[in-house]
Amino acid sequence: MKVKIGDRSNALKDHGRVMREHFGIRTTGEQYVIALAGNPNVGKSTVFNALTGLHQHTGNWPGKTVDNAQGTYTYRNKSFLLVDLPGTYSLLAHSVEEEIARDFICFGQPDATIVVLDATSLERNLNLALQVMEISSNVIICVNLIDEARKKKLSINFNELQRELGVPIVPTAARNGEGLQELQNEVYTMAVEKKKAWPKQVPYSEEVERAICALLPKIEELDLARVVNPKWLALRLLDSDVSFIETISRYAATQKHKPAALQHQWGELTL
Amino acid sequence: MSTLNPYDALLKIYSDTESIRLSSGTPIADRVVTDIFNYTEQLTKRVVFREAPLQVSWKDKIDKIVISRLFGYPLMLLLLGAVFWLTIAGANVPSKMIASVLFAFQDVLTQWFQVVQAPAWLHGALVLGMYRTLAWVTAVMLPPMAIFFPMFTLLEDLGYLPRVAFNLDNMFKKANACGKQCLTMCMGFGCNAAGIVSTRIIDSPRERLVAILTNNFVPCNGRFPTLIAISSIFMTSTLAFSQSLIAAGMITLLVLFGVAITFTVSWALSKTILRGEPSSLVLELPPYRRPKVGAVFYRSIIDRTVFVLRRAIVIAAPAGAVTWILANVYIGDVSVIAYIAGVLDPIAKSIGLDGFILMAFILGLPANEIVVPILLMSYLATGQLTEFESLFELKKVLLANGWTWLTAFNTMLFALLHWPCATTLLSMYKETGSKKWTFMGFIIPTAIAFTVCFVIAQAAYFLGLA
Repeated sequence: MKVKIGDRSNALKDHGRVMREHFGIRTTGEQYVIALAGNPNVGKSTVFNALTGLHQHTGNWPGKTVDNAQGTYTYRNKSFLLVDLPGTYSLLAHSVEEEIARDFICFGQPDATIVVLDATSLERNLNLALQVMEISSNVIICVNLIDEARKKKLSINFNELQRELGVPIVPTAARNGEGLQELQNEVYTMAVEKKKAWPKQVPYSEEVERAICALLPKIEELDLARVVNPKWLALRLLDSDVSFIETISRYAATQKHKPAALQHQWGELTL
Repeated sequence: MSTLNPYDALLKIYSDTESIRLSSGTPIADRVVTDIFNYTEQLTKRVVFREAPLQVSWKDKIDKIVISRLFGYPLMLLLLGAVFWLTIAGANVPSKMIASVLFAFQDVLTQWFQVVQAPAWLHGALVLGMYRTLAWVTAVMLPPMAIFFPMFTLLEDLGYLPRVAFNLDNMFKKANACGKQCLTMCMGFGCNAAGIVSTRIIDSPRERLVAILTNNFVPCNGRFPTLIAISSIFMTSTLAFSQSLIAAGMITLLVLFGVAITFTVSWALSKTILRGEPSSLVLELPPYRRPKVGAVFYRSIIDRTVFVLRRAIVIAAPAGAVTWILANVYIGDVSVIAYIAGVLDPIAKSIGLDGFILMAFILGLPANEIVVPILLMSYLATGQLTEFESLFELKKVLLANGWTWLTAFNTMLFALLHWPCATTLLSMYKETGSKKWTFMGFIIPTAIAFTVCFVIAQAAYFLGLA
């Protein structure tokens, strides 16, 4: 979803416009957009600063006074725009921060979303990662603060975690620059080489799955799969998230044409 | 394809989900969150290994108790009761000292007025009206506030309040309200107007309205001293340990009753005019910190105690003068105040109060702090008793005016439940931007106060208890 000057299909033009208008993001030339999500205090900003150096400026989300930082970095001759989302514990949109993070991951359609987790409290942090994985398939998980975890004598089986989650996992200690090379590499592979990840979905209890199944046929009739994961949309409806209906409708109106290749990605993944 | 207008289609599907959401016992949104947490728990177990036993810090150990199912509630009650007891037991002596000093000075003032041969009405309005009300406000309110606020601020600084919110979250959920409402209630202990502004932390407009409309059931700064004064004046006639315990228990029960009313009203609103389901929240428990004692005392004494006392004095001074004048201007044989009280008396009696009490509450609309001083003024100005040795003399004043246990009890209940003060109503209007909701914020507590007091009074009369 890079924005190429002089070579724009309708869809890319639309998408670029939505991004710019809605999130105040400016991409220059051929640039890949990478979102950075995570709980508060997991070293998200450290990762951001380590990757971008001093190439950052602070942007303002439209309408709200929540600042988000954007910065660029170059890796293997490709330019990446890193968007630092507000730190949140979840994406259930109970607060302005959560709504911004959710809307960007969902509608900003970044080329990849890095979810930064705190290695010392993985259990609590995974909650957000799983929610991001429900929205987007382009997810890279960065398990940060592994130096702290080592100090606390925690050992984490990253291979097993990667197998369980189905997305690339990169252990880092951003403070010391540890693992950042690998992180950039994974971002490159996902954003530039378009290598797909296959995020595993939360196995919900029978009661929830039954409720989702009851809604899915009706949602699929609306043909919104190219905009949003239908299963996730069903969960939003079940969560009485009425404001999301408005958001998605507004967005869908600007997204009538999209490359066919993306249209059925959710169908393959989750249904 | 129907992509042209997904909004209506989605709304339609959404309204269909209502039946699904209601069909299951637990709200489906809660189920979803629980499922995610169960999954992360399983996942973590498979992936993370501890090479050395976890160093359980003392903070974790404390949290195990503070937010445990077994000890969470009892500990909360115990702390609440202890804070009230310390306030009551501790306030007795300084109250007495302040009262004796201030009333001794009243005699000096009187002498000065006699020296300059000031007219009796001037002496009455300024000394017997204004000065005496100020003396009462200070003596009755200053010591409890100076003890209560620092203790409350200490708990706040320690990091205990979020844990209270954690403990009570389940209750709020059952009342279809937001767990954050607990924090706004805690703010309400300081000042209901501040509590109402603090509901901005609640994101759902529905839950915010519920929190705004129920904030008044937490006794604020202005009403706490009223409760403490009446319970310690009426329940304790000596400084005996057991009696101050009873008074503290009484206030704890009252506060619990206020909380119960909060839950009931939140629940009822959520089932009627503010229908909807509770939203879940993620609350990070901050680490326990050693409170900065100096800062706590500065903040609670300067910011709260002095602020509240100043507000009380600013309103009490003119109110005292006006009350004295009203009490000494006669229409025929009856003073204006006795006349008004007489008009209110039948209604007031039916809810276990008397006309003077109800009038004091009505005159106290600008600030609840002045209810007790106005009440005492109007009793005293009618000339029943003019000499005070100590605060306990007040009990004699009340008894002489026909107070029974029922009067004391219902006055406290009415103080807890009645309409919010003018500042709070103004905050409600500013926050909701709606006259309708502001009126609801006035009428709901008022109706509840009258109903509860009426039922208790009538039951007591019927059973011959009072």
